[in-house]
Amino acid sequence: MKVFLDLIVGDPQADRAVPPTGMTAQLTVFVAGVMAFLAVLALALSLAAGRVADRWAEELAQASTLRLPASPDQADAQLRAAMNVLETTPGVAMARALTPAEQQALLEPWFGPDLPLDSLPIPQLVEIIADSDGYDQAGLAARLAAEVPGAVLDDHTRWRAPLVAAAGRLRLMGWVVIVAIGAGMAAMITLAAHAALAANEQVIRVLRLVGARDIYIARAFVRRFTLRAGGGAVAGAVLGVGAVLLLPRGDVAGGFLTGLGFAGAGWIGPLVIPPLAAIVAFFATRAAALRRLREQT
Amino acid sequence: MIELDNVSYGYGDHTLFSQLSLVLAPGSFHFLTGPSGAGKTTLLRLCYADLRAATGQVRLFGQDAAELDRDGVAMTRRRIGVVHQDCQFLDHLSISENIALPLTVAGRGAEATGDLEELLHWVGLGAQAAQRPPELSGGERQRAALARAVIMSPEVIIADEPTGNVDWEMSQRLLTLLVELNRMGKTVLIATHDMMMIRSLKSDVNARVLRLKDGALMQAGAEL
Repeated sequence: MKVFLDLIVGDPQADRAVPPTGMTAQLTVFVAGVMAFLAVLALALSLAAGRVADRWAEELAQASTLRLPASPDQADAQLRAAMNVLETTPGVAMARALTPAEQQALLEPWFGPDLPLDSLPIPQLVEIIADSDGYDQAGLAARLAAEVPGAVLDDHTRWRAPLVAAAGRLRLMGWVVIVAIGAGMAAMITLAAHAALAANEQVIRVLRLVGARDIYIARAFVRRFTLRAGGGAVAGAVLGVGAVLLLPRGDVAGGFLTGLGFAGAGWIGPLVIPPLAAIVAFFATRAAALRRLREQT
Repeated sequence: MIELDNVSYGYGDHTLFSQLSLVLAPGSFHFLTGPSGAGKTTLLRLCYADLRAATGQVRLFGQDAAELDRDGVAMTRRRIGVVHQDCQFLDHLSISENIALPLTVAGRGAEATGDLEELLHWVGLGAQAAQRPPELSGGERQRAALARAVIMSPEVIIADEPTGNVDWEMSQRLLTLLVELNRMGKTVLIATHDMMMIRSLKSDVNARVLRLKDGALMQAGAEL
């Protein structure tokens, strides 16, 4: 911590020993800004994918749907029989028949708001929520087959498993992208630091002539690059958060996707990116400077 | 203080000198002469650990220079003030900042204020303190280089052709400053090919004149 505080406070006289290098300074700020912007987007994607994966894995794992055959004359009898079976099944916490309005809302994205639900042979849907122990899926299916012929019990496994896996991969990919962005930034800053050191070879020679230690010379460059990377990353992160906030919210589109915005502890992510960028720049520049100084005998 | 014992050095296949020995005792004053290309600058660079001898031993303040690590070299250089012919300033800094640079890199920048003002007046650059090196004349730059070399109060002053780019009057002024430093107890080694300058100083200082020629170092004699 003291190293970083010293770095921020700095030594104005030591800073002046190395002349300002306009091109590499602007390049470092720009690269750090772009990388932080991309990191914020990747982080938002990763967190959103994580939320989707968790929701599908945890919430939907408790839910099943029972679909009753669409026969208008027997609909009430079938629903009563099905509800009777469900209410007496151990492990079923709640069973609820969807109202016509809810069924209409489910079909609305595909058929529009003016769907005449009464005149169509739409099957009745029953939402089943299992308790923490769950129910015997095979046993329930057998009882329903006997009591309510034609009823189909869907525990969502068929479509949920690949979606959960895809969301999990998406989350992983987001983190891989963030790590790749960090590595890319370290590489770019290393190149910029090498360029700055090469451009200041004569300055380094003079500093050595008057008794400067390598760490003193390196520190002047490290401080400069760390502050530039941190500053650039702050600007990039602010723009990245702004861009994420401007994205349409996923829950408005039917709740199928979660929003890409940050929520709760997720806000720590974009706040951490600038200090992380500064830390990456600190170590990348320090390593580059000390190596370069060792080579410049 | 600085000892070279059977030292040899060369560039590529060309041996500049070999089996060369030299002792700079505390408080001594040496001139190093010789034709261009004889190796005077190389010999000076060996004396402040800017080069490492190919063979033989260089001892700086009792330490084998070959065994000094990078920090050790830096610390040793703080005990040796060096004046280059081309001065070697940082052009983006003012003259006063350049002169204070040895204190700054040693973390003693705060001490510079009083010493610096005194030093600037000693070398006659009080009015030029805020100017940048390119704005100064050759003589002023050389005096600033000398001020930078002595600001850490080093034990040894090494000057490489300090009067090479200045007129006769200015060279006398610079040499007077070096003689003053020697009288204050500093060890002085000056490389020069200017024999007239050496003759003009012979009466003011007890100097030893060495001649480097054909790879050998000898006591200068008749030409003086």
